[in-house]
Amino acid sequence: MENSQRNVSVNVEYLTRVEGHGNIVVDVKNGELKTCELRIVEAPRFFEGMLRGRSIFEAQHITSRICGICACGHTLASIQAAEDAIGLKPSKQTTEFRKFLLHMENLDSHLLHIYLLVAPDLLGVKSFVPLINSHNTVVRRALRMKKICNDVCDVLVGRHIHPISSIVGGFTKLPREKDLDTMLSLLYDMRKDMEATVELAATLKFPAFERDTEYVGLVSDDAEYPMLIGDVGSTDGVRMNKKDYKKITNEFVVPHSSAKHCKLSRESYAAGALARFNLNANKLHPNARKVADAIGLKPKCTNPYLNTAAQLVECVHSLEDGIRILEGFKKTGVDLKEEITVGLNENGAIKVKAGNGVGAVEVPRGILFHNYEVDDKGIILKANCIIPTGQNCNNIEHDMKKLVPEILDKSDDEITLALEMLVRAYDPCISCSAHFLDVKFVNR
Amino acid sequence: MGNKPKVAFFDFACCEGCQLQVANMGEMLLDVLGAIDVVEFREVMSEKWDQDYDVAIIEGSITTPHAIERIKKIRERSKVLIAYGSCATIGGVNGMKNNYSLEDIRKSVYGKDFKFFETVPTQSVPQTVKVDYLIHGCPVYIPEVVKVLKAVLAGLPYTVPDHAVCVECKLNENVCHYQRGITCLGPITRAGCNSWCINNGNICYGCRGMVSNPNQNGAIDVIKKFKIPIDLIKNKMNMYNKCRENDKSGK
Repeated sequence: MENSQRNVSVNVEYLTRVEGHGNIVVDVKNGELKTCELRIVEAPRFFEGMLRGRSIFEAQHITSRICGICACGHTLASIQAAEDAIGLKPSKQTTEFRKFLLHMENLDSHLLHIYLLVAPDLLGVKSFVPLINSHNTVVRRALRMKKICNDVCDVLVGRHIHPISSIVGGFTKLPREKDLDTMLSLLYDMRKDMEATVELAATLKFPAFERDTEYVGLVSDDAEYPMLIGDVGSTDGVRMNKKDYKKITNEFVVPHSSAKHCKLSRESYAAGALARFNLNANKLHPNARKVADAIGLKPKCTNPYLNTAAQLVECVHSLEDGIRILEGFKKTGVDLKEEITVGLNENGAIKVKAGNGVGAVEVPRGILFHNYEVDDKGIILKANCIIPTGQNCNNIEHDMKKLVPEILDKSDDEITLALEMLVRAYDPCISCSAHFLDVKFVNR
Repeated sequence: MGNKPKVAFFDFACCEGCQLQVANMGEMLLDVLGAIDVVEFREVMSEKWDQDYDVAIIEGSITTPHAIERIKKIRERSKVLIAYGSCATIGGVNGMKNNYSLEDIRKSVYGKDFKFFETVPTQSVPQTVKVDYLIHGCPVYIPEVVKVLKAVLAGLPYTVPDHAVCVECKLNENVCHYQRGITCLGPITRAGCNSWCINNGNICYGCRGMVSNPNQNGAIDVIKKFKIPIDLIKNKMNMYNKCRENDKSGK
């Protein structure tokens, strides 16, 4: 059949192997694309509403519960916004440990995505479960690497999912000499597995597809690959202070869907590992740059499927830069006097004032914004969280609109798989996206 | 895969962190997977199952009319149903929504479009359907998960500890937060987490729910002795335990 007469109807309900609930709906009539949407059907949880009236010192504890995968990222964005609001500057030591924590989460999340969520597609199976028999060493390696990230977080912050000791002001418990040794030896052990991961990834074939878009993430003037601190910038040359985040995200409602979309200089933008790579590849750890060269990943890369490849490059970076930070503490020692006991700041250990603060942190799926307005007692009056998946949603739809006409000669099943893989490549974290409307309500 | 029990995971309103705790078991996960046959687990599998489940593991709170219908259908198809994680067992942080009227909370997040969102006051899984096993915690504590799964596979009951977190905290030799001038919910919260948060320098937020018979007089003494404002304690208890108010008995 000629593509010009082709009818395709794709309706993937509850897309699997992503975090949270989303549907893909595509409708092609006589070769013409009528509908192409990523519908978010997650039950809204109203975090921003629930935060009102609660202490700024509880915000981190509550918002880390937005997401089980990026609990540390939400924690750090929340703390940054809170400290910005009350005018508290964290110490150098605190900042370094926070950067280290972000590395561990980035590593953990990317490994989960590469091995358990994406690899099954590239190896032609429905989940990692059949791989337990067919690729046992690969599955064992994935679980071993994930466990190391988790064990390191156990030592540093009590646990990875909903970290305990990282709060406004610093850490309630700091690592001792033996803790540094434990974490370092775990990470040294991971290097062998990381080499094997890179070798495996080099054999995986990603679909060919290009769509030039704007890439958004943290940028800075120093030599560090910015994850925790920086301005917000884009590959189209935008650069703004994080306080102006609303001018970056420009959330808007589109007629065909009430899902809030984002755009900056053009129709849509992308955040995430590929965006960070495109903005800051020259600042990656040398070993990570070598891996990028070996797999042929160069900025500016405009194939969204290669977000997974960029994640692999970042894995190497996070492991090596994480080791560098800990080795630094081995030399200088950890100042345990900085350990804090604030509880909910009942004893007023931290001075509080009214204010408005913004946190902008690179989490595994892209840049995450938290914004709190607090009164003079540190009680939250208003909260706003803009999640990377929310920012990517519009870009995913534009990718789908370009992709579908290009693959109309394929079977319905192949088209569906290509679309599922595309959405999965962004590693969407839909349970985070507390902010979305379900499209199906709109057309009633 | 023969006669191994057919197990399925389902998620409702939650962060999916408790599912992820399973992946964080590391290679031990393969031992668990060797004893069961996972037939449905949307976050990591594309496979779906259309027969009955021997064990259904439910994560998340019930917050929409659709969710109420869905959990009832799952219950009908399941021999054993486990409420997994605080959002499921006690409503958890989702319960804070019940501090506000539904209209107010919807408007605060979604502005004029708020009516597009169907929502009901948050309820826990046991407040919606019959539950056979409870695994508390935000997130769940893996040693307890393994203990409960063993009990389920052996067909034995599992009794959630009904003494305070303080018991475990004392055994871990932590300095009591009250002695440091900080309020902590350990004295009224169910043990079973090995005082995880206090061991790491933070307070207990009550994520496992309250003991069935808290020492009320003791608590009043402590509140008086340390001059703790009653609103502060109440507010803290609301973080995870707001849904208790849905229980008819008021327990």
